[in-house]
Amino acid sequence: MNIAVCVKQVIDTEAEKRLDPATWRLDRNVTCILNPYDEYAVEEALRIKEAHGGEVTAVCMGPQKAEDAVRKSLAMGVDSAVLVVDEALTGSDVQATAYVLAEALKGIQWDLVIFGVRSTDGETGCVPAAVAERLGVPLLSTLAKVEVQGSSVAVHRETEQGYVSYECPLPAVLSVIKGINEPRYPSMKGIMGAKKKPLDVKDASALGLDTAQVGLSGSKTKVLSARIPEPRKAGVKIEDDGTGAQKIVEFLASQKLV
Amino acid sequence: MDFTLTDDQRMIREMARDFSQAEIAPQAAEIDRTGAFPADILKKMSELGLMGLPIAEEYGGAGADYTSYCLALEEITRACGSTGLTYEAHISLGCMPIYYYGTEEQKREYLPMLCSGESLGSFGLTEPNAGSDAGGTQTTATLSDGEWVVNGSKCFITNAAYAKFVTITAVTDKGKGTRGISDIIVPTGIPGFKVRAAYEKLGLHGSNTTELFFDDVRVPEKNLLGVRGEGFKQFLAVLDGGRIAIGAMGVGIAQAGLDAALKYAKERVQFGQPIGKFQAVQFKLADMAMNIELARNMYLKAAWLKDTGRPYTQEAGYAKLFGSEMATKAALDAIQIHGGYGYIKEFPVERYLRDAKLLEIGEGTSEIIRLVIARGLGL
Ligand SMILES: Cc1cc2nc3c(=O)[nH]c(=O)nc-3n(C[C@H](O)[C@H](O)[C@H](O)COP(=O)(O)OP(=O)(O)OC[C@H]3O[C@@H](n4cnc5c(N)ncnc54)[C@H](O)[C@@H]3O)c2cc1C
Repeated sequence: MNIAVCVKQVIDTEAEKRLDPATWRLDRNVTCILNPYDEYAVEEALRIKEAHGGEVTAVCMGPQKAEDAVRKSLAMGVDSAVLVVDEALTGSDVQATAYVLAEALKGIQWDLVIFGVRSTDGETGCVPAAVAERLGVPLLSTLAKVEVQGSSVAVHRETEQGYVSYECPLPAVLSVIKGINEPRYPSMKGIMGAKKKPLDVKDASALGLDTAQVGLSGSKTKVLSARIPEPRKAGVKIEDDGTGAQKIVEFLASQKLV
Repeated sequence: MDFTLTDDQRMIREMARDFSQAEIAPQAAEIDRTGAFPADILKKMSELGLMGLPIAEEYGGAGADYTSYCLALEEITRACGSTGLTYEAHISLGCMPIYYYGTEEQKREYLPMLCSGESLGSFGLTEPNAGSDAGGTQTTATLSDGEWVVNGSKCFITNAAYAKFVTITAVTDKGKGTRGISDIIVPTGIPGFKVRAAYEKLGLHGSNTTELFFDDVRVPEKNLLGVRGEGFKQFLAVLDGGRIAIGAMGVGIAQAGLDAALKYAKERVQFGQPIGKFQAVQFKLADMAMNIELARNMYLKAAWLKDTGRPYTQEAGYAKLFGSEMATKAALDAIQIHGGYGYIKEFPVERYLRDAKLLEIGEGTSEIIRLVIARGLGL
């Protein structure tokens, strides 16, 4: 059972997110971390590997410094990694990113590709679907449980009402949600050993990419403008002096909510 | 000149921070209140390979450098002083003497159980009548029939109740002064060796502080650590390394104090504005941030000197003295910024003060460190 996990480096969830007004791209010159949702993907891959054997490969597209996020996945226990770095890829949208990842995935062995449900900066959650489409394999997204059974996988797909069970033959692309597992901390030996693991850095030509399909110019979506949402207006504070319930009812009625 | 940490050092600090904030910090107040030893935390730390962090892989360690260990220690102590001191004594005082001075056989016998966390490391130097004047050791070890017979007592010894053995100093050659002191490895739980943990301390309540009593305790002659008669020289070198680590602990506690005070200064409103808008409060916070960064730079420089094989006694003294004294000051200021709430146990800052104070005493009091530094100046 070989598994590929797609990981992304995102800006620290605690860092202030700033958009460059010229390109509307995120300023990434702040502390960056491994996308928190991808930690669940890495953990799930490692658990499947521990139960069924095989190798786990991390696949990442990003700037050179994304190597940090890749190294973290290696420190957690991933066996090897492919990092696609190229100036030409800067500004790639969902489709362009999916194209690059799919091409990178074609160069390695896998029965399962696992993604985190979305990135905490791009927030689209669409890349796993676009990659599955390009690879021509089934997609099972927003999973809260994954169980590999021989040559198929049984999953729980989270919905607003509960979950739906699916079974699907391999190969397949999965995206997993927070809470599917508890991601491990990288151990000290894992960290010290991470730099000895194979990390294959590839550029666009090494992957044979068509540069017309990548980067800002190759992206089909264009960001025209962006703005900070208006700060929320202060609410109404009701001090309970015995008439609190009455006042809440009056407020709800005034808003035509009851 | 290059101030960047290596990839390993950065990853280790990040991991130690994530782990400490998620797994240790939420328990710190309870550990302080009950004095319960943080055994479950240490078990997790063992699983993650922290207990042998700066020890070579061949002895079961992770093979990281001393700088990495100090970075991890800062983060752990920032979350909980008791866990921090347990870890510091384990590595700096417990593992290091064996690592530096052990024979190959001793290293293979003792280091793996320390690195795996099966035993905590513990070092017994201080005695009721020999504290700062550690050369005044009264515990004796006499050779008889191929065995050392140990008699005497030790006080204030960290971790001994959770250790499978303690490395102690004892007089092996009477009349030779400090040249008559040797280090001896004494397994716990053997006849005549009693460990008692009965101190009620100001702070660091979860740290195990013990008295050791030796009544005709017999250990094999091969349990001598390093060179006979060089025990004094050996523990001075061990303490040099420990002082860098104490500096890192000071930074950890002070950082926790700044974290708490900064948060409080932004939230607490008096006279119609957050107290952080008052210059008097701002100046305290500015000084805290500055002193923390200075102390951090100092311990990192001392650790770097050590890692690169350069002399570091003087810098270790600066790191310990400045780091510990600024930690106490930072904790006091953090309390002051909290006002009355700072004096109440609901907030963590009074704990920081009680924990920080030990750093000015253990592994050389501030006075002794000043003497060491002055000696380095040729006085
Ligand atoms: C919580 C805790 C944990 C500890 N853990 C360990 C441990 O694991 N192993 C271990 O061996 N020890 C340990 N110690 C002991 C610690 O290292 C000693 O307490 C310390 O070295 C001071 O010795 P003392 O207490 O005997 O004080 P003293 O030496 O009696 O000092 C009393 C005062 O006199 C001052 N003084 C002494 N000599 C001079 C001088 N020449 N010039 C100027 N001033 C001087 C001191 O600075 C101090 O202010 C621990 C102590 C505590 C409280």
